[in-house]
Amino acid sequence: MPDAPAIAAIFKEESGRAVATLARRFGDIDLAEEAVQEAFVEAVRRWPEAGVPPSPAGWIITTARNRAIDRIRRESLRDERQTEATRMLEPDEPEEIHAVEDDQLRLIFTCCHPSLAVSAQVALTLRLIGGLQTEEIARAFLVSETTMAQRLVRAKKKIKAANIPYRIPGDAELPNRIRPVLAVIYLVYNEGHVATSGGDLGRPDVSADAIRLARLLAGLMPDEPEVVGLLALLLLTEARRPARTGPSGDLVRLADQDRGLWDTQQIHEGQELVRSCLRRNHPGPYQVQAAIAAVHADAADAKDTKWDQIVALYDQLLVFAPTPIVSLNRAIAVAETGAVSNALQEIEGLELTEYYLFHAARGDFLERLGRNEDAAEAYALARALTVNEAEQDHLRRLEQRALQNAP
Amino acid sequence: MTQYLMSVYYVEGEDQPADDVVQEMYADVGALNQKMQDEGAWVFGGGLHTPDMTTVVRADDGEIITTDGPFPEAKEQIGGFWVIEAKDMDEALDWASQATVACRGPVEVRPFQDEPEG
Repeated sequence: MPDAPAIAAIFKEESGRAVATLARRFGDIDLAEEAVQEAFVEAVRRWPEAGVPPSPAGWIITTARNRAIDRIRRESLRDERQTEATRMLEPDEPEEIHAVEDDQLRLIFTCCHPSLAVSAQVALTLRLIGGLQTEEIARAFLVSETTMAQRLVRAKKKIKAANIPYRIPGDAELPNRIRPVLAVIYLVYNEGHVATSGGDLGRPDVSADAIRLARLLAGLMPDEPEVVGLLALLLLTEARRPARTGPSGDLVRLADQDRGLWDTQQIHEGQELVRSCLRRNHPGPYQVQAAIAAVHADAADAKDTKWDQIVALYDQLLVFAPTPIVSLNRAIAVAETGAVSNALQEIEGLELTEYYLFHAARGDFLERLGRNEDAAEAYALARALTVNEAEQDHLRRLEQRALQNAP
Repeated sequence: MTQYLMSVYYVEGEDQPADDVVQEMYADVGALNQKMQDEGAWVFGGGLHTPDMTTVVRADDGEIITTDGPFPEAKEQIGGFWVIEAKDMDEALDWASQATVACRGPVEVRPFQDEPEG
């Protein structure tokens, strides 16, 4: 018989579908959420004895829908919403699975509507699609539960006030509207991959939630190569997690990682996905980044990496995303092909002086060119610009090494 | 249906467009107004005089005080606005996309609190 944590896990997995279905049916996110929450309470009360129903998702949707109808009925006794209520209390058509999937997609586009601030998009997506509790989202983004609760309330109020619809955008709008959805999932992943502050190098739970969302989206939109590209990118990045930290939680760079620790199943799935979306020949930034990760994954040893392929892929990425960060990453690949002084030349003048990885890369180039004192200085700058303690430790070691080798 | 205020902003002190650009803008806005009316989105709209033409009136302890405007101290000021009626935010944003092109300035879309009666 399931215990409370097991039931909570099922709810995290299934509640997104229920919220989406009810939000479409009743046109009210708050009502949908509260009804699903009540169904959860009911499940905690009943499932330990009765067992998990054969279709937990169906049970949650039905129970929550009945709770929502009860609530509308109660309220309609007080006001004039009788007609609306009667219409919704019509005997129910069977909930079709494909319809439920459309509902989820609709709600994702509502959560990531460009009228909402990115912080609100992230919070809503995790809460309504990801099934996370407010407290969990607050913990992931290092804000208080009250702050996160207010952010969610404001966002939902705006959806209602501005009449932001539940709809899947038409073909013409789709490229513009998918972009924020992908950005939200990527942001969530990165928050779990490198926590912006604190002692740990990442929060695996948050990354797992992002991968779950990406997988859901890829299932809902299998014909969008960028969606599949994002899932591939996340899997290929996540596959390296076991090798990213040493025994004391310190950061291990890609070149120094024990590749035997990489998750071969995730790599295999990621590479398959990269191949399948590249075959469509509609490349985009996520696909190209996934392809770069796939090239890394191909190399059994760092020195076997096909760096010329990686440089070529960064050239392609620069077409989609001509940002200083991409230029920096390209230069790092150029340095790996052996052209270290070219790489150094390429990054001088990039507007990244506030970005710690710029100084870390610059330090690395300088050190390889034998300019150890300059390298130590660059590492020190990098260390001053990051608040992540694991990264700081790593940079301190590099700085000391450079100083020891200085004349 | 929801009503939305679409305000057109401009920054005070920035260079004004050349006369022929202004003429084109008037023509584009006129065409958009007509389209809004034809499609039933139009409620009201118009261009405003500059902020130095405004007057502020307020009640202070029962006394009416009238002063030279404008009220907001910001550099960004409303140059004109539409009130439109749309099915939802996406439809309003579609109008706003046409509006920003027509009037060559950023457009802020803001929902009204209540749906109109009847």
